[in-house]
Amino acid sequence: MDIFLQQIINGLVQGSIYALVALGYTMVYGIMGLINFAHGEVVMIGTLVTISVAGFLIKAGMPVIFAGLAGLTVSVLVCMALGWGLERVAYRPLRNAPRLTPLITAIGMSIVLQNVAMIIWGRNYLTFPPLLPSVAFEFGGAHFTAVQVIIVLVSALTMGGLLFLVYRTKLGMAMRATSQNPAVASLMGVNINRVIAAAFIIGSALGALAGIMVGTYYEIAHYQMGFMLGLKAFTAAVLGGIGNLAGAMLGGILLGLIEALGAGYIGDLTGGFLGSHYQDIFAFLVLIVVLMFKPSGLFGEKTGDRA
Amino acid sequence: MLEVTGLRVAYGGIQAVRSITFHVNQGEMVALIGANGAGKTSTLKAIARVLDAAGGDVHFCGEKVTRIAPHLMISKGIALVPEGRGVFPRLSVAENLAMGAFVRDDKAAIADDLERMYGYFPRLKERETQLAGTLSGGEQQMLAIGRALMSRPKMLLLDEPSMGLAPLMVQKIFEVIKAVAAEGMTILLIEQNAKLALQSSQRGYVMESGEITLTGESAKLLDDPKVRAAYLGE
Repeated sequence: MDIFLQQIINGLVQGSIYALVALGYTMVYGIMGLINFAHGEVVMIGTLVTISVAGFLIKAGMPVIFAGLAGLTVSVLVCMALGWGLERVAYRPLRNAPRLTPLITAIGMSIVLQNVAMIIWGRNYLTFPPLLPSVAFEFGGAHFTAVQVIIVLVSALTMGGLLFLVYRTKLGMAMRATSQNPAVASLMGVNINRVIAAAFIIGSALGALAGIMVGTYYEIAHYQMGFMLGLKAFTAAVLGGIGNLAGAMLGGILLGLIEALGAGYIGDLTGGFLGSHYQDIFAFLVLIVVLMFKPSGLFGEKTGDRA
Repeated sequence: MLEVTGLRVAYGGIQAVRSITFHVNQGEMVALIGANGAGKTSTLKAIARVLDAAGGDVHFCGEKVTRIAPHLMISKGIALVPEGRGVFPRLSVAENLAMGAFVRDDKAAIADDLERMYGYFPRLKERETQLAGTLSGGEQQMLAIGRALMSRPKMLLLDEPSMGLAPLMVQKIFEVIKAVAAEGMTILLIEQNAKLALQSSQRGYVMESGEITLTGESAKLLDDPKVRAAYLGE
């Protein structure tokens, strides 16, 4: 029972991170039908920029909390600029190209960003500076830390903020209108280019936050870390129904829980043949099962609802 | 008010509109009629900047608007009610109407206009919170017209407002169009239902294979033997 509770907590934390990253995929897909495979790399750069900025400031003697906030700010801004730049440079010229072209470009951008990161930060694992005090709690036999609590809270607040933006503001309404019918949204005076740029910028900001959470949680980072994280977050977005915000959030949390519970019990289930380091297979099992039986995902929007 | 000179529209190598010239005066309702594929919708789309013109010019209120960015057209005062309505299916009726006022920021006046639209179309008021995709075709047409009017346009471009609607609904829609015209709105109307279009408008142009072949007062076009034979089924 305590394993169960423990893995639920771990799954919630991991799931909150997946959800934030999945939102970046789903916002861009919802508006322009593009899967931005470079999004995982944006997250990675968010982590690495924080390491550099916060690490430098801590070394310079700044209190950890301010160094962390400065790292967060710079990292979010850098990622927003990066998301905007990606769209401007890599995807906008391909707006009217066949669907496969921007997809391949996205994979290309992912490789480019990984290599740029390798040149800047090197090939080795980097230590993420401890930005939060390591306080631990116990509840019903399960352990959790302040970092975990903060990750879940911050991501819940961020997602609440995003829902407010999309469903209660004029920009959000324009984004929803554009995703449903870009040509008519443009007739209403919506500058489609701006809405698309906004989707990239907001998604990248969420990605940067997720990147900082990953760094704080695992205390380690690497120029290739965005690949697997991106792939899993993409799986979460597909699980929830790609293009659907609530779907990405729920898909992320669910995927985190499935992985954590899978990792917790895989040893028992296989009689010790497979250990918890096989947890990655669960994400991809989920992806395969969703694509086989319900490709539109949990909240997937049916096609052909355009009147 | 609207001057179209030598407008051409092409899809790849195919000329959909071959150098047409026409105009709409302020306060006038003008009908552009013609068979399916005559180039009516392409003409309207080129004016509204949904499509790029292959040649020619469009002037609106004396200003050349042939090449401006599409999203700026509505601020110039041109609102298009697109063919097939083009409502946002997963936005509510109220949100669709709010999208019509997207470029405006005079909140009080927008609220007044919203009530005015609900006055024209009480059905929309009843369905205010419903998603537009769940409305009937006629209700969606009402919504599309209401949405276009929410921008307080100087000119309304209507693309086949009667398409696919039951006769009773067509009648309702046209009552509102005529009421809007009577309040002084300038309207360019495209219709396959030539009789209805000519009955509602002051002047008409007849389009055939991308060219304007006939023009005149609507009442006279209604009596023209060629028009009667080709478009009124007589």
